[in-house]
Amino acid sequence: MLNFFQLIIIYAGIYALMAIGQNCITGNTGMLSLCHAGFFCIGSYATGIICKTLGLSFWLSLPVAAICSAVVGFLIGVPTLRLKGDYLCIATLGLGEIIRNIATNMNPVGLMSIPRAELFGYQFSSRNKVTFILLVWFFVLVAYILFRQLSHSRIGRAMTAVREDEVAAQSNGINVAKYKIGAFTLGAAIGGTAGCFATAYTLTVQPSSYTFMVSVMVLCMVVLGGMGNLLGVIVGAFIIEFIQYFPQLVGLSSVIPAQATQIIYGLCLVVLMIWRPQGILGRDKYRYGDPRSAKERLVSFFRRGEKKGGKA
Amino acid sequence: MSDLLLSIDKISVKYGSIEALHEVSMHVKKGDIVSLIGANGAGKSTLLKAIMAQVPLSTGCISFEGSEICSAKKHGKSTHQLAAIGMALVPEGRHVFADMTVEENLDMGAFLVRDSKEIERKKEEMYDFFPILSQRRKQKTRSLSGGEQQMMAIARALMSSPKLLLLDEPGLGLAPLIVQDIFHKIRKINEEDKVTIFLVEQNARMALKNSTTGYVMETGNIVLADTSSNLLVNDKVRAAYLGE
Repeated sequence: MLNFFQLIIIYAGIYALMAIGQNCITGNTGMLSLCHAGFFCIGSYATGIICKTLGLSFWLSLPVAAICSAVVGFLIGVPTLRLKGDYLCIATLGLGEIIRNIATNMNPVGLMSIPRAELFGYQFSSRNKVTFILLVWFFVLVAYILFRQLSHSRIGRAMTAVREDEVAAQSNGINVAKYKIGAFTLGAAIGGTAGCFATAYTLTVQPSSYTFMVSVMVLCMVVLGGMGNLLGVIVGAFIIEFIQYFPQLVGLSSVIPAQATQIIYGLCLVVLMIWRPQGILGRDKYRYGDPRSAKERLVSFFRRGEKKGGKA
Repeated sequence: MSDLLLSIDKISVKYGSIEALHEVSMHVKKGDIVSLIGANGAGKSTLLKAIMAQVPLSTGCISFEGSEICSAKKHGKSTHQLAAIGMALVPEGRHVFADMTVEENLDMGAFLVRDSKEIERKKEEMYDFFPILSQRRKQKTRSLSGGEQQMMAIARALMSSPKLLLLDEPGLGLAPLIVQDIFHKIRKINEEDKVTIFLVEQNARMALKNSTTGYVMETGNIVLADTSSNLLVNDKVRAAYLGE
């Protein structure tokens, strides 16, 4: 039981990284992309190849995975730049599948028994989940802080403007192309690092695991938690991962078929769209950074708590 | 020639095989309010798009302050670069950032201004100029009325202190009294801030009454060009556009 909880926390962390990347593309800049599984795949392979084939350190593979994914994200971003909405969605869906197919054709088995990540002689083994939780969530925290700063910066404002209205953004002097490609590249990079951790945890890379469903799941997390809200997408990652491992958690995996989780995702989304279309946490209220001081924020937080009975 | 701000020299624009603009030439002098009137589908919006580098030219060239910004042979500057050299567009249908507050919208207008004190000063100026925006500054733009949104779109364009303000149908879909109010503001912007204005409008009477020079466009050609006061008494204009 506890084991499963720890597993959920690890996977939620890995997927939270993915969701943060997807949020940069979809939530902040408004591009509906469905190829995060592709970036995940590239990141995983980068780690797998560097650690196993080349025998180098996991920590070296981290930036390499990010850079590889970013390059692919950039290459995808440039030609699909002029596409919008459903057209972009279809194009990126195709590209995600292309990445998976290339991986399958190279080696359908993938990579096995990849060496473990090491830090000062300590090995992060899959059995010792707590240290792995610390490792993954440390990087989630780093990504959260970085992307939070980004979305409150001038760049973040420009990305929001692109999402809201491209014509207006352009006539205000915002280089729409630059910000769109930038968002794609950044989102892809963080998706690649997520792949890195997934490999470090499972110690295998299988091309069959980077299906279209992964991209859909990541998008679900973003929509569920609240587009453009970083805390929201992390919550979304938790919920989706919880649903996925729910049958194992309650020991009913023999009764509830694995496909049932997909029905639950669908149900969750339908219910959410009816009752709370903006997502669980909704959009970030202070898009340009909270103008209040820390003290004011604290006071209003507790005031709000008093009124609504502790509900934030 | 030095007082010429924008000059359009024999430009043509084609959508596929259809020619939307045919060798159109226009000149906007510094300090003027130039209005372009014409019926639906005459090519008014295409001309504005051509000026803002959103459609490619098939012939001719456009220059701003004496330097070429776009021509048929060379791609030239793109839309966001035009904003940086002092051209601001208020797009047709306003195109406000609906989910942002009025204040955030104005901030976006000053995207290219790096000095935060200057932005604050400019914002206060806009609030003085459009008092209604001052009351609405913390409201989502979505909740504003059409007239308020139009004023906000104009204020946003002015945030970058442009030399030339391009307005695409500022009176579109607004009540006559509001339209009057907006044109009054446009004149004031021109007089007080010395911003040159180029406006495209279907409401011919309103546009000509509030401008110095007028152009009349029909099916992709400029058919008349004169001072606005002359156009207001021109028989052809009166019959076709003023309904007299």
